[in-house]
Amino acid sequence: MSAIEIMFWFLSVLALGAGVMVVASKSPVYSILFLILTFFAISGHYILLNAQFLAVVNVIVYAGAIMVLFLFVVMLMNLNAESEPHQKNKWLLYIGGISGGSLLLVIVAALKKTVATTQLVQMNNGEVGLIKNLGIKLFTDYVFPFEISSVLFLSAMIGAVVISKKEG
Amino acid sequence: MPVYYYIFLAVALFSIGVIGVLIRRNAIIIFMCVELMLNAANLLLVAFSKMHHQVLMKTNPTAASDAQVFVFFIMVVAAAEVSVGLAIIVMMYRNTHSVDVNFLNRLKN
Repeated sequence: MSAIEIMFWFLSVLALGAGVMVVASKSPVYSILFLILTFFAISGHYILLNAQFLAVVNVIVYAGAIMVLFLFVVMLMNLNAESEPHQKNKWLLYIGGISGGSLLLVIVAALKKTVATTQLVQMNNGEVGLIKNLGIKLFTDYVFPFEISSVLFLSAMIGAVVISKKEG
Repeated sequence: MPVYYYIFLAVALFSIGVIGVLIRRNAIIIFMCVELMLNAANLLLVAFSKMHHQVLMKTNPTAASDAQVFVFFIMVVAAAEVSVGLAIIVMMYRNTHSVDVNFLNRLKN
């Protein structure tokens, strides 16, 4: 096994294990910390695929900004394992688990035969994900969506302020 | 790496997110599972952008950058979504003093 394969399997196991712990852990704070671990593992996958810009943006935006916002809200509400709402109906829990598991099973079974198994992903090489190429794409072909997203952010900001205002 | 490893990894992450949305009752954790599903889709887009490199290398080497620009826009939309969604959860907590989504079925009757 080469170093890239070892890194791939390590990051995959880390992402899946931390993802399971997000759902399984009782305290919301631990859930958030495990989700941050998942995002770092996915950033590691981006680095393996040589998508450097997205790896950095993923760390800054997701693990840095969004998850800190989540942690802030959880600490503001003082949530812990005792205040966690429990699923009273055990059947709903089983049914949710079984239906999610069947979704995984069905998609894997459907894709197992159709996916071209010879198609290789270019690892640790290639210029697609470099900042230079993405920047040129973003400011030539995608400049209009880029500007529209600023309007989206402005409306999201105003919406968040209006919603969280008292007696809104 | 073969591309189907990435497909199965992304499908597994997505299913974990779906199971979390279905079985948890804490609104914040449901929201985090939605983020997990978005990230699974992002990972798949990035893997697909590196798939046809041998063909694209001859014709247009930077054509696959489109997929990664899409991932960038997904992150933009997710950031906007989180700010509004957390504001809604805070408001819900202020009104009901709980983050249990089953309190929200009051509109039912």
